[in-house]
Amino acid sequence: MIAQLDSTVARPEITWDGLLPILTLGVGALLLVLFRSLMKQLPKAAADQAVPVIGGVTVIAMWVVGGFAGTDVPLAGLRDGLGDPVFFLGLLIMVGLGGWFAQYLRLSVDAALTVMIGLTSLAATWGVWTDRYEIDGAFGLVGDQLGADGFSLVITGVIASAIVLVALLLDDYLEREGMAGADMYVLMLFSGAGGAVMASANDLIVLFLALETLSIAVYVMAAMHMRRSESQEAGLKYFVLGAFSSAFLLYGIALTYGAVGSTNLIVIADFLEQNRLVEDGLLMAGMAMLLVGLGFKVAAAPFHAWTPDVYQGAPTPVVAFMASAVKAAGFAALVRVFVTTFADHADDWQPAVYALAILTLVVGSFMAIVQRDAKRMLAYSSISHAGFILVGVQAASNEGVSSVLFYAVAYTFLVIGSFGVLSIVSGEGDRGTSLDHLDGLSTRRPALALALTVFLLAQAGVPLTSGFVAKFAVIGAAVEARSYWLAIAAMVTAVVSAFLYLRIILSMYLGQAEDDAPTIRVPRAAGLAIIVALVITVGFGLVPGELDDITRDAIPVLIAAG
Amino acid sequence: MILAELALTSPYYLVLSALLFATGATGLLIRRNPLVMFMCVELMLNGVNISFVAFGADLNDVGGQISVFFVLVVAAVEVVVGLALVVAINRRRSDATADDVSLLRG
Amino acid sequence: MSDFLRSYLTVGIFGLIGVALVGVFLGLGKILRPNKPTLAKTEAYESGVEPTGDMWSQANIRYYVFALLFVMFDVEAVFIFPWATRLEAYGTFGLIEMAIFIFILLLGLLYAWRKGVLKWA
Repeated sequence: MIAQLDSTVARPEITWDGLLPILTLGVGALLLVLFRSLMKQLPKAAADQAVPVIGGVTVIAMWVVGGFAGTDVPLAGLRDGLGDPVFFLGLLIMVGLGGWFAQYLRLSVDAALTVMIGLTSLAATWGVWTDRYEIDGAFGLVGDQLGADGFSLVITGVIASAIVLVALLLDDYLEREGMAGADMYVLMLFSGAGGAVMASANDLIVLFLALETLSIAVYVMAAMHMRRSESQEAGLKYFVLGAFSSAFLLYGIALTYGAVGSTNLIVIADFLEQNRLVEDGLLMAGMAMLLVGLGFKVAAAPFHAWTPDVYQGAPTPVVAFMASAVKAAGFAALVRVFVTTFADHADDWQPAVYALAILTLVVGSFMAIVQRDAKRMLAYSSISHAGFILVGVQAASNEGVSSVLFYAVAYTFLVIGSFGVLSIVSGEGDRGTSLDHLDGLSTRRPALALALTVFLLAQAGVPLTSGFVAKFAVIGAAVEARSYWLAIAAMVTAVVSAFLYLRIILSMYLGQAEDDAPTIRVPRAAGLAIIVALVITVGFGLVPGELDDITRDAIPVLIAAG
Repeated sequence: MILAELALTSPYYLVLSALLFATGATGLLIRRNPLVMFMCVELMLNGVNISFVAFGADLNDVGGQISVFFVLVVAAVEVVVGLALVVAINRRRSDATADDVSLLRG
Repeated sequence: MSDFLRSYLTVGIFGLIGVALVGVFLGLGKILRPNKPTLAKTEAYESGVEPTGDMWSQANIRYYVFALLFVMFDVEAVFIFPWATRLEAYGTFGLIEMAIFIFILLLGLLYAWRKGVLKWA
């Protein structure tokens, strides 16, 4: 006998407009796969014409999708502007300029499409922020399994920007290494979609799935360079340690589920607020496991061992993506799970994060000094930056969360710029990544040397750059939370790592380039990415007010299951 | 404030789950054959699955079993990607153990 | 017989029919087919691999790609079974959901095919 089950199941409420930033990335990746499956080889002439068209379509797509994401009727502008010749003239000029610019960059079709998808997602994020979030506050997506709050929107915006800039870097890199094709871009878009879901996850299982989507794509990206053994080795190492850490994270989720009875973040938070567990061993073990799992992802010491190897071996633009988007998504998960969900158990996890932060700061800055390879060195420096962000997490306050966001945004552009310059300088096969190859860069390519100088100074936290404001905010949050020793440790290690950045800068300006050093070709697209990163780094350093306001508005909240 | 105590009826399942997880973790750290390492990852994930099912039965909640579905799929996907990496490395070299893979210092 | 055991009776009958069917068809084949054994024909069939030799012989690496694709699609079916039991309850919404899910899977297969992964040579 088959039991009569209830006839209908309530359909989960999908808030399409709020989902658009994530949807753009995910569906964009799928469309790119479909497009590349149907059109394996594009004739050269068609490819040349496709790129300006994509430029024009980007302008329209940003406008339409950005409108859809907000509460505005998307075509309201068109409707109101009908019959107004100035409106159409303006639109034509914008589309034309977009097309001309896309052609000027000499992008490949895949890269142009990826840039388009990234920019459209960015516009959608902006639309949700201005038209929904600022008016209605946070709201749930997909049956409240995801939540769109300021925090997730900022991280989504960071990931979308990272995708755009890394796609610009990748274009020439893939051409140079003979790896041209859509694979890398598709993986990056999938990974970015996973990261965006991870930042907005409202359930631990959703968080785990998103983390796996993010990571598995990046494992493959790290191993994509088929002719460099180091790349495949990096991919395998990253894979094994990544799988190890996800298993820990999952065990943490299971134990938390056992202790609390739900994997939904708001149910967990409410339960912990109203109840005090008599035997909290399960919960403590669960929290510890979650911390280990996420600690691996953000490369916090002592779980950092994979970072230098993977960063050295993986293709340089991929490293830029790993250090920016993947790290930002990891910290988003850390903040959402610990600061927001386990807020009532802050006394239990704060000491652990305190220890992690100090260890990470010390390992990152001191190990970086002894490195001879620029990529390894920047890997250790990224570990020390993770330490700084952990200082903000440790504060477990709204100031702390704002400073974490500010740091994540600032660091994204810093690190993409730094690795972008390295990717250009290191030449074919990523061979020239040793520090000696940077000797005398100022005479060979003064503009590149200047750009790298600014990025390194910003990483050191020199005033007038975004790095300074970010470090200031993080240390301020630590002082506010009365973690004075942590603040002091952060300042001391900042000075230690400043030595190392200065060493590179000195060798660029005072060192002698070898006479037979190959000429460095700066592709237009990569140049544009570096200029954008440079403008943002200096811009947020000079006028941090705008970003500061945004990060203060972007406190994560949990969406109640409806 | 309510004092909550969850009565766990299944400590044996949890012990088994922890043992499997620990076996997998240890194996992953000490074995050098990538294929064995992937098996260890599977062991860790399936150890967690036992926890999920045991907790789900205890809490009388279907969520625990649903989680297992997702974990199963993630485990399969991880192994597929891992094996693909090994195959890619194998195409370049005759055999692959984690010790051979040591061009990178550290 | 208790209700619980009786509900397993269906399974038992199902199994018996399965065994009987296979037996009938194999028996029919035995009766109808001509019997002319040669050396190659009497060897055990193992997907075209030499059935004798060292136990630790290396499998061709090309098998892996197919195995990987198989594992992927095999495991994704885990989502389809629970969905199928409640299809009526989910209605059109559920149908569209699953269509999207399968479309994404097929997209992967299409990409693999166009990449030439499915060719043996």
